[in-house]
Amino acid sequence: MAKPIPADSVGLVSPKTQAFDIPIKLDCGETLERYELIYETYGELNAARNNAVLICHALSGDHHAAGFSSEEDLKPGWWDNCIGPGKPVDTDRFFVVAPNNLGGCAGSTGPLSINPNTGKAFGPTFPIVTVRDWVESQARLADHLGIERWAAVMGGSLGGMQALKWACDFPDRVAHAVIIAAAPKLSTQNIAFNEVARQAIRKDPNFHDGYYADHGLVPEYGLMIARMLGHITYLSNDALGSKFGRELRGGKLNFGYDVEFQIESYLRHQGESFAGRFDANSYLLMTKALDYFDPAQAFSGKLTKALAGIKASSLVISFTTDWRFPPERSREIVSALLENNLDVSFIDVESAQGHDSFLLDVPLYHEILHAYFERIHRELQ
Amino acid sequence: MREALRNDQSLIAEWISPHARVLDLGCGDGRLLAELQHRQDVSGYGIEIDAENIVGCVRNNVNVIQSNLDDGLAEFEDNSFDYVVMTQTLQAVRYPHLVLREMVRIGREGIVTFPNMGHWRCRTQLALGRMPVTNHLPNTWYNTPNIHICTFKDFEDFCRHDGINILQRTTVDANHKSGTAMRMFPNLFGEAAIYRVQRGA
Repeated sequence: MAKPIPADSVGLVSPKTQAFDIPIKLDCGETLERYELIYETYGELNAARNNAVLICHALSGDHHAAGFSSEEDLKPGWWDNCIGPGKPVDTDRFFVVAPNNLGGCAGSTGPLSINPNTGKAFGPTFPIVTVRDWVESQARLADHLGIERWAAVMGGSLGGMQALKWACDFPDRVAHAVIIAAAPKLSTQNIAFNEVARQAIRKDPNFHDGYYADHGLVPEYGLMIARMLGHITYLSNDALGSKFGRELRGGKLNFGYDVEFQIESYLRHQGESFAGRFDANSYLLMTKALDYFDPAQAFSGKLTKALAGIKASSLVISFTTDWRFPPERSREIVSALLENNLDVSFIDVESAQGHDSFLLDVPLYHEILHAYFERIHRELQ
Repeated sequence: MREALRNDQSLIAEWISPHARVLDLGCGDGRLLAELQHRQDVSGYGIEIDAENIVGCVRNNVNVIQSNLDDGLAEFEDNSFDYVVMTQTLQAVRYPHLVLREMVRIGREGIVTFPNMGHWRCRTQLALGRMPVTNHLPNTWYNTPNIHICTFKDFEDFCRHDGINILQRTTVDANHKSGTAMRMFPNLFGEAAIYRVQRGA
């Protein structure tokens, strides 16, 4: 890397991989006989083993949440602004565990892994996983690490859904759920966006029904369009406008279809870099996990009933300009927690950056997180 | 690290029974709830609109929900709290009458404090042709958050009309002390009042 590692970074990190040989029965009906989870940890587990924080990643995240993978690494982990010594999730106090989800493409068992029954990569045959499946697989990781109860389970967007599901499914194993920019289920519009992304990938001529690897191909245009669409919805209209405006890259109109407006250049760049690093089958799976998430479904749509078993205290955070997971959706979670008389705090943080805000260093947002983790820390004393 | 209560909050704390469920509307940095949690083992939530105050609540270990009181409190069921408290906030909301109705709907009892526009100092200033500026109403007319100021009499009239029973009233001066003159002529000598109210049968 170009600069020395900052003092408030967790520093150089390397992932660990844990194999689980007890079969896991998935929501879809299929069973994975064995699976592996890749994860990183930061900080130290204390003697009481009660200071562990689970970080759940969102759609395209992975286990590399903080620190640098190597000296040459230019960019730290995806939530580095939030995790580290003296940061909101203070690694001098907490033992942070960040896994890559089942079905992912960063090292946990997923479409890129070899199917032991065929000796070939799963590819499109990898079963569709749900948030519940992830939570169960993460619980086994907690068992392996000797963590009886998380001090906090935390995530944004799809990660926030996991935090909520953890609190529902393992009420005795979660002291605090930190649910950021999430929703109790996707809106129709959100499913619609996901479907456009999926069709872009699946209709890419390189997709070959998901067996693109067998042809030595990547459905890169599909992935690129999926990511471009995603990016538009992660940012607010104002944020896009103030960042790019109608600025022309070449300073004048060319009356053609090459990149003219800066926003086009930005989106193409984001899309291309994503197509180079993310597996298409994994992306399809992740969007399905999002679509299927609906803890209230088993309770005739009554979210209050779905959350009735929760024992955790919760912090729910939304962002004013997030139109992908708008504040009203977070309020639905809050209302259901309130109706169950559970400990909950809620703030709708003013931010211009839309859904992406949860990844950014929005001062008030980080101040709230800091204060909340201080509280968790005090409770552990 | 709990911060000192304002005097009106101390008086309110005395009215709240141990282990009660309390909703504090416009809870500020949550110090009343923090104190009640500590002293009387109450549980509950604060409702607050200001972001910095919400950070304060989190620091004070108080559950806080960011909400605009003028948007109503539909997420709370009838009689779901023992007490709904609102200190020095009534005069700052857009629809005080609606908030009061919500208080007595959600709480078995409501406890509300507000400054008295009928206090002799206010009356004198108004008589001299100026909008009153006092300890309890420290802002000038153009920058005040206090947009619905009333007198004790006004408040009591409203409660009577709206079927809200007044269970108890304590009026206090600037130091939140109560004296003889104040007991005899509360609307003239009381600077602020603390009312316990309840929905009529």
